[in-house]
Amino acid sequence: MSALAIREGYGRALSDYGEINPRVVVLDADTAASTLSSYFAERFPDRFYNIGIAEPCMVDVAAGLALGGLTPFVNGFAALLSLRALEQIRTCVCYARTNVKLAASYAGLSDFKDGPTHHAITDIALLRALPEMTVIVPADAAEAARWVPIVAEYEGPVYLRLSRDAALPAGNEHLPLEIGRGLTLREGSDVTIAATGAMVGRSLLAADELARAGILARVLEIHTIKPLDRELICRAAAETGALVAAEEHSIIGGLGGAVAEALAAGCPAVLEQVGIPDCFARTGPDPETVMDAFGLAVSDIVAASRRALARKPRGR
Amino acid sequence: MMTPPSSAYHSEALLSELAERARELRLASLEMIHRRGAGHPGGSLSAAEIMAALFFHKLNIDPARPDWPERDRFILSKGHASAILYAALARRGFFPRADLEHWGELACHLQGHPDRLKTPGVDMTSGLLGHGIAIGVGLALAARRQGLGYRTYVLMGDGEIQGGIVWEGALAAAKFRAANLTAILDYNDVQLDGSVHDIMPLEPLIDKWRAFNWAVLEINGHNLRQVLEALDTACEIHGRPTIIVAHTTKGKGVSFMEGRSAWHGIAPNAAQLAQAVTEIGRCAE
Repeated sequence: MSALAIREGYGRALSDYGEINPRVVVLDADTAASTLSSYFAERFPDRFYNIGIAEPCMVDVAAGLALGGLTPFVNGFAALLSLRALEQIRTCVCYARTNVKLAASYAGLSDFKDGPTHHAITDIALLRALPEMTVIVPADAAEAARWVPIVAEYEGPVYLRLSRDAALPAGNEHLPLEIGRGLTLREGSDVTIAATGAMVGRSLLAADELARAGILARVLEIHTIKPLDRELICRAAAETGALVAAEEHSIIGGLGGAVAEALAAGCPAVLEQVGIPDCFARTGPDPETVMDAFGLAVSDIVAASRRALARKPRGR
Repeated sequence: MMTPPSSAYHSEALLSELAERARELRLASLEMIHRRGAGHPGGSLSAAEIMAALFFHKLNIDPARPDWPERDRFILSKGHASAILYAALARRGFFPRADLEHWGELACHLQGHPDRLKTPGVDMTSGLLGHGIAIGVGLALAARRQGLGYRTYVLMGDGEIQGGIVWEGALAAAKFRAANLTAILDYNDVQLDGSVHDIMPLEPLIDKWRAFNWAVLEINGHNLRQVLEALDTACEIHGRPTIIVAHTTKGKGVSFMEGRSAWHGIAPNAAQLAQAVTEIGRCAE
């Protein structure tokens, strides 16, 4: 387990980046102590706006700040940003193309204590369907920190999906981060595991386990769900013939859906999905337990990889 | 409640010029809606004096520099009244008046509802109701943060404020003491399905805004002297945002449209347009 929670990595980085970029302003919806935008708020109180428990208003205020030439980072719980404020995001951020950055914390199942009301398992599907939106999911705290300046300096709407919790390390510190360009974390020729967010570290463990059984799994980190790195995925499809998509999200419309679209359009290959089945999850004692209980265990990735291999056409 | 000063410091010449502008905007709106066969006449006509006062007197804007950072900002939160905004922008010189004839065509920069990325002079995209105040708060805060003196104006419809986002924005405007924000409510008491007071009553409305810590000015929105004085008074109020509650008549100036929800969102045919033009009176151009 990486020492830092993903929100911690993000919160510290945002605060540090505030020193470099005076155009950055930060908003929160009475969750600063949770999202850890509080670090920025303590350092730059004049550039921090707490809007109260009103995510739609927060997104609209951010759109106005962006129209005024500033670079607002909107912080809130992913469940609320992606559902309650979705109309504001669609109309006033995407359609109006305001330079608003949505830092959506507590995504996936990471708010394990509060349960399905606070889980965000459909946000990738909702956000990636919006024209003009870029969707990024860091795999661990170190990566979350590295995205802050990239997202701030990119001109346009971004949904940065963040976890409340720590994740297994992705080990990608040596690789450059670029919007829309996936990372190859492990080479392999039998099957490809394309993972995002907290499932990246789990997929690396799954690849270890598969290797012990003589199966060489390639591991791709797809940090940008949109725009999707179709080239990387199609190359993996051509070279390994079978893929697994792994995400802390519903199996409907998230990374798995995006990969399926890419495969169907340009490079047909077997695809198995690891994600939360079409159901609401439950409260649990810790994030790992909840993830394991709802289809996201390392063993689920291993099983999906074996299924994908078994379905692969002969001769591949 | 604050009442605007009754002094007559706006000249008769200005008042009659703006009255003429308002008449032009009414005619242009109806002609545009007729030509396109779509649009919202009622809420365009009710806002004619307000739009004339803003675009031909109050707003500090420059058609040659639509992106000038220090310009006043205007958000048509009731974006369905786009006809009168486009008519005003064209007459103010932001784009050729001939463009109005192509409103709604696929290749035209004039969308059904205002689009800031396509139309010069449109400060913010709108159409789905309710967003204006909260966006205006952001613009007001950005002005303060950057030490710019511009003012943000938001024109809302009355049916619009039935939505909760308006009141979220109202809370935020008061919290941040957005004195550089002026909201104007086109209170014509008619919405798509009928009378506002039947569909979802707003009264006591002045009390509501006061309870939200706004300065409230109540005027007759068709009386240009009152409109101008309220717009000026709002600039003198410190420490809180101002809303001008402008009592208006939906479809103002056309007898068969006035107060009729049926004319919220349909286009007049040729005969109806001809009668409307007669009633409004041809412009002395």
